[in-house]
Amino acid sequence: MTQYVAKRLLLLIPVVIGILLITFLMKALIPTDAVTAMYSGQLSEKDAAEAIATLRAKYHLDLPWYQQFFIYVRDLLQGDFGDSIRLRKPVMEELGYRYVNTIILTLASLGIALVVGLTAGILAAVKRNSWLDVTATTVGLFGISMPAFFFGLLLILVFAVWLRWLPVVPKGNLALLLPALALGLIEAAPISQVARTSMIDVLSRDYIQAARARGASELELVVRHALPNALIVVLTLVGLQIGNLLGGAFIIESIFSWHGIGELAVNAIQWRDFALTQAIILISAATYLVVNLVADILYAWLDPRVELST
Amino acid sequence: MSLVLDEPIMATPPRWRMFLLRLLRNRSALVGGTILLLLVLSALFAPLLAPYDPFKVNPIQRLRPPSWDHFMGTDEVGRDLFSRLIFGTRYFLLICVVTASISASIGTLLGLLAGAGSRFVENLIMRVIDVMLAFPYILMVLVVVAILGPSLWTGMVSIGIAGIPGYARLVRSAVLTVRREDYVLSARALGASESEILFGTILPNVVSPLIVYLAFSMPLAALVTSSLSFIGLGTQPPAPEWGAMLVNSRTYLFSAWWAVAGPGMALFISIFGLNILGNGLRDVLDPRSGR
Repeated sequence: MTQYVAKRLLLLIPVVIGILLITFLMKALIPTDAVTAMYSGQLSEKDAAEAIATLRAKYHLDLPWYQQFFIYVRDLLQGDFGDSIRLRKPVMEELGYRYVNTIILTLASLGIALVVGLTAGILAAVKRNSWLDVTATTVGLFGISMPAFFFGLLLILVFAVWLRWLPVVPKGNLALLLPALALGLIEAAPISQVARTSMIDVLSRDYIQAARARGASELELVVRHALPNALIVVLTLVGLQIGNLLGGAFIIESIFSWHGIGELAVNAIQWRDFALTQAIILISAATYLVVNLVADILYAWLDPRVELST
Repeated sequence: MSLVLDEPIMATPPRWRMFLLRLLRNRSALVGGTILLLLVLSALFAPLLAPYDPFKVNPIQRLRPPSWDHFMGTDEVGRDLFSRLIFGTRYFLLICVVTASISASIGTLLGLLAGAGSRFVENLIMRVIDVMLAFPYILMVLVVVAILGPSLWTGMVSIGIAGIPGYARLVRSAVLTVRREDYVLSARALGASESEILFGTILPNVVSPLIVYLAFSMPLAALVTSSLSFIGLGTQPPAPEWGAMLVNSRTYLFSAWWAVAGPGMALFISIFGLNILGNGLRDVLDPRSGR
């Protein structure tokens, strides 16, 4: 186990370097540098040239790229993500609470996705080929084909405009409800598909037959004997799913004005505020890496065969 | 959504006639194929089918509900929504074709090289792919959009690039299985060059899994491209692209639901069509994966 974790951590090193390089290169590859963008059209040409030169020196834009990269990584290690040019304050100040908001939204929708997806998948597997199975599969197919932003707008239309169950601009916990539903229900579709397949697979195993022969009830069979093993497969999917939810949050947050990093990222790109964009991408990629690492290790711990095959 | 198929298909691809017959007998493929055909026809004959000019602004007719004059109502500047939806099929298909061509061509090439190249080449390519996969799909797209700036083409290019790793992984694993087959060994024994083996012998045998993967990644790419337009980082209005059409109409959600429902349903039905076509193709090309 220790060996597996160590190996998994070692494999992470090139990935981390790669992510750092990509986010760093983003800045280098962008045609106008941030400082020029900040002053274009605001000052006389001479003043602008002077201001630009000072600021370029301040942000080390005058150094060769490898030195810039070194400074970039060093600053990151010290927790300095740079200043947002648009908001005129350190990126971290803005990012902190927004990151928490995004995590709340992601976890809430993951909860919904798991409850709905697992229930639908397991019921479909147990009542295989019944009308329930067919319905679950069809609805799942709808879920995969539904753009999250359209689904979000539909939810607003139905619950806030037609039924008037919710205020148009909800406050507090209510504000979380619709975006979490929009994201969660869509992500429930792939979860239910995987849960169904893995449940069908497990239910056909010998040990289930043996338990049935010993007189275990169907409910006991499903919940106590089959479910734990079927869940293992779902777990790896959840790691990937978090990536989707994070990505989905980028779009859903803008619709529901949920102040998370996704909404900020969309603005940052439009503002051409690169320190901000860079930091958001870095922090999301890091979150995704950690989540997947944890999921993989959990998976290996629950199913020792995984460790042997790597 | 993970699209990695772990088992490449080994059987030689069925001859196209047999293939077509089996496809027509498959219900999902038939429904999906019909939707795709309708999309293609409306894209080709858009000027004939659309009753109005999709860009013609008519302030007197703004935000009219569906009626005999305007089947699907009008938008906030009085443009006919039905005509805009018809022209939108051109964008939808363009997006599907361009994104898929970028991901499939580069991804397949990288996968072939990684699967059949030297140890060094393989390691190099796979490490790059690993880094790309370490980014959630949307983030990868945003990185490229942030570099190139928002527009229809950068949207398509970024989604094309974000799709490369999936193809590369699929093709590599297929190549690794195929290259041990007897017919590859015999081609080598007969003195075929490495590139002849790669493109002449190995590539044709990984085509089936590629087609299935293509059928599933296209709707996903279309979905992400329209999402990108919707958050203002893809196609810019007034282009009648369905995602971009929703940008403005969402402001009128409370007074004009049809301006949201039209483009949204068009997207949903088209993507649904591609997805079930993919299901049908998978059933026909890879019978073992069926239930």
